[in-house]
Amino acid sequence: MRWLEKFRLSLMMLLRRRTATARLNDELEFHLQEQTAENIARGLSPSEARFAALRAFGNPTLVREEAISYWSWSWLEKFVRDVRYGARTLTRSPGFTLVAILVIALGIGATTSLFTIVRAVLLRQLPFRDPEKLVMVYEHFRVATEGDGFNVVSPADFRDWREKTHGFQDMAAWREYGFDLTGEHAELPEVVAAAGGSWNLFSVLGTPPALGRTFTPEEDVPEGRHVALLTWSLFQRRFGGDASVLGRQIRLDSTPYVIIGVLPRWFTYPDAHVQLWVPYASTFSAKDFDAHDMHQSHVVARLKPGVSAAAATSEVGALQYQIHLANPTKPVAEEARYRPTLEDVVRDVKTPLIVLLCAVMCMLLIACLNVSNLLVARGAARRKEVAVRSALGGGRLALIREQMTESLLICFAGGLIGVLLSIQATHWLASRWEDLPRAEAIHVDALVFVFALGLVFLTAVLAGLIPAISSTGSGVFAALQESSRSIGGSSSRAILRKTLLTVEIALTVALLVSAGLLFKTFLRLRTADLGCAMDHVLIMRYGLPEKQYDTREKVVAFHDSILERVKSLPGVRAAGLISTAPGDGWEGDDVFTIPEHPSSNFQLQYDALVRTVDPGYFTAMQIPLLQGRFFSDRERLTRDHYLVISKKFANQFFPGDNPIGKHISILRMDGNEPYEIIGVAGDTLWDVTEPTKATMYFPILSGIPDQTSEATIVVRTTGDPLGLSIPIQQQIATLDPALPVYDILTIDQIVGKTTASQSFSATLVLAFAALSLLLAAIGLYGVLSYLVTQRIREIGIRIALGARPGQVLQLVLLDGLRPVFIGLLVGLVAGAAAGALIRSILYGTSPLDPAVFAAMVGCLLITAVASCALPAIRAARMDPMLALRDE
Amino acid sequence: MGKPSDLVQGTLDLLILKTISLEPKHGWAIAKRIQQISNEVLQVQQGSLYPALHRLEQQGWIRARWSETESGRPAKFYALTATGRAQLEREKESWNRLSTAINLVVEGA
Repeated sequence: MRWLEKFRLSLMMLLRRRTATARLNDELEFHLQEQTAENIARGLSPSEARFAALRAFGNPTLVREEAISYWSWSWLEKFVRDVRYGARTLTRSPGFTLVAILVIALGIGATTSLFTIVRAVLLRQLPFRDPEKLVMVYEHFRVATEGDGFNVVSPADFRDWREKTHGFQDMAAWREYGFDLTGEHAELPEVVAAAGGSWNLFSVLGTPPALGRTFTPEEDVPEGRHVALLTWSLFQRRFGGDASVLGRQIRLDSTPYVIIGVLPRWFTYPDAHVQLWVPYASTFSAKDFDAHDMHQSHVVARLKPGVSAAAATSEVGALQYQIHLANPTKPVAEEARYRPTLEDVVRDVKTPLIVLLCAVMCMLLIACLNVSNLLVARGAARRKEVAVRSALGGGRLALIREQMTESLLICFAGGLIGVLLSIQATHWLASRWEDLPRAEAIHVDALVFVFALGLVFLTAVLAGLIPAISSTGSGVFAALQESSRSIGGSSSRAILRKTLLTVEIALTVALLVSAGLLFKTFLRLRTADLGCAMDHVLIMRYGLPEKQYDTREKVVAFHDSILERVKSLPGVRAAGLISTAPGDGWEGDDVFTIPEHPSSNFQLQYDALVRTVDPGYFTAMQIPLLQGRFFSDRERLTRDHYLVISKKFANQFFPGDNPIGKHISILRMDGNEPYEIIGVAGDTLWDVTEPTKATMYFPILSGIPDQTSEATIVVRTTGDPLGLSIPIQQQIATLDPALPVYDILTIDQIVGKTTASQSFSATLVLAFAALSLLLAAIGLYGVLSYLVTQRIREIGIRIALGARPGQVLQLVLLDGLRPVFIGLLVGLVAGAAAGALIRSILYGTSPLDPAVFAAMVGCLLITAVASCALPAIRAARMDPMLALRDE
Repeated sequence: MGKPSDLVQGTLDLLILKTISLEPKHGWAIAKRIQQISNEVLQVQQGSLYPALHRLEQQGWIRARWSETESGRPAKFYALTATGRAQLEREKESWNRLSTAINLVVEGA
């Protein structure tokens, strides 16, 4: 009842405010009339009576205002009045307003976009059941020379862990895999990225299938029943979302598989590229499934209630040490390590994303300082107005509130434009950023708007508070005493502006340095030498299904004939075959021993990349021969126990020794097999962002199914390499119409693909830094112009007394450049700190790269001098007579 | 009689509520009534009366209605609401406690 009454009252006060005000006037007038009437009754004349009543009453306006102040909504009324007043002041200087709004819009828009992405990618939990209970468990080699210490797991290790330790509720495994996918009758061939998942993977993750079922333990054995799970995207794309695909057959590498289920739409683990799942064990041969030294799997474990991940992992680690001791001659890790699943998914983008977020926040802060600076300047121009209003009884709080409203208006308009920009920008960023994990989870939602609103208020306070407080402070009445003829400007105000400017410059320098380092990294990567021909080279992959190509002869026959056909195409200068082209990834490695350097135990460092090549590969890719010879046509089929090694291999394992004629020995199916080294080739990079690694090249024309059925054709062309892709594909189709080709790329594109993320973050940070530089220049120009206006009379006197233009120029320039120098020093320190923080994503440059620092300092100084020059020149050319007459 | 003493702080609400507890009154009448009953000791300043009336109204303790005075002129009459009556009781009680306490100190010892 009571609150209903209150509600009615407050509604009435809101909607019928005008009437209420009129009524209040009536009420007070009634009182006056009563008093007047009483005074007349006492014998005063009517006019005297009225005056006496007024006297007794006091100030009616004050009474009215005070009464109104108790009404509900009076805060709203005040606010509306402030907004109206603020808007009027702002429209009086549209140039300033527009610049300020745009500056804030850019800052808020960029920050909101990055926040949206960071939240979706880094902060939001994976869409699994109790995702915080999931961890990834890895093997860890004590003497690892490369990598991050999280080594992928061998199938037999995973099986032992799951059977013999009990710290986790359950453990599941998956590995990446690839298939040639065709329809039931070998139609529509395509290469799909797939994954093998253990039967319990989906229950460990807490993902029931959208249709059908997941794998059973009986299916998850080597040579088990051939079944497959489709992801939602493949289900929609290839099967049109038709639920009757359940129970139908598809062919994977020519083997029929039965579709048993479809995963839900949101399931894009481990990434969106994986198109279908098969049982984990079915991706191994029975022998490999029992191997402790074949590392390729990822293990997901769900924590048991009350058992910490560290405790459970240490139990796994203890078991792993036993396995290590039991296999002394093989690369078996000694320990186990874990990390949260979310961290595992986002580890590659975490640092770049945080760097970007910091960069945009830096930019937003600079934007705030800039607006703040502009407001201080306006505050200076309005000093007298503020002083007069304070003298007439305007409360300081009211004046501050009014100025804050102005900055709130700017920030609100800026925020509105910013959010609109950000919706576009987020979309663009998410689609442009290749390999951004969880990109599909990025969308703008209510929380993003709340964040943007928060930013608006934060920037409004940041930008508005300092100018508002400083312009209404205790010294405000001094403005009234300041004669229009006084010489010195208000120095405290200038100091405030210079301080703001110093901070702005420091932030800009830090941002510039980071951007410079990232950009240099990117340039280094783009111009990195892979160690082979990089211009006019086309690559194209194919994989021969082991079902049809089941003998050495069949594999070699295909490789031979495709090479011959490609070489005879017009426009082809040279062609070769390799398992994986330079720059295109790790592919595979193997451990070996050197019979000439016997060692009693397994040593981890005896490990090198494995490639298979045809005799013409090195010449075709212009990789130099350093010693011995390349393969010839003689090293084929079973005469295959020869290898070519890379320069790095020779230096690492045969330092100061001639490797030619020496042997390496690799554990194969039938025991150790020796291979003779016949040549040394130049180094190539397996990834443009990584150092080179010792490499062993074996003859691809051995034709061993499985080991040589994956091949990349590399073609050096005379003209546009991509123009040859169709003719080559046609040649392959003539040989085997059901064989799909994939990864048709130029070497340039491979490098571009690997460096896409670096290029992206470098470009963005550089853009932010450039914007910040522009903002700093505007700020600097603004401050200096203001200072010159303040000192116009002083400069006029100096000129009148004989100061030369050069001296005036120097005076003004130095005044403007002092904050620049201080800011520069602070900024260099901050930049060095920022460089150290982003060290992990730098390549080919150190965090203290002198060239980058020099370039960025130069860049800033030129901008600073340019923006100071205009006001300084104007001051130097000033006509003293005009200056002295200036009011 | 010296200069009319200022109202003890915080007691204006109590006086207003009490004054209109019998029948609705307009502002002028409330001021007059307080003056009369207190034998001209308590002078309510108009500057505080009207803000106080509006505050009490916003708090829902009194309700205003426009009607005619005995002389037929329209005026704003304030009446006590149910919650206002409860508030009056509370204020009275606390006033009694306070004045008793002050009396004890002043008269005793």
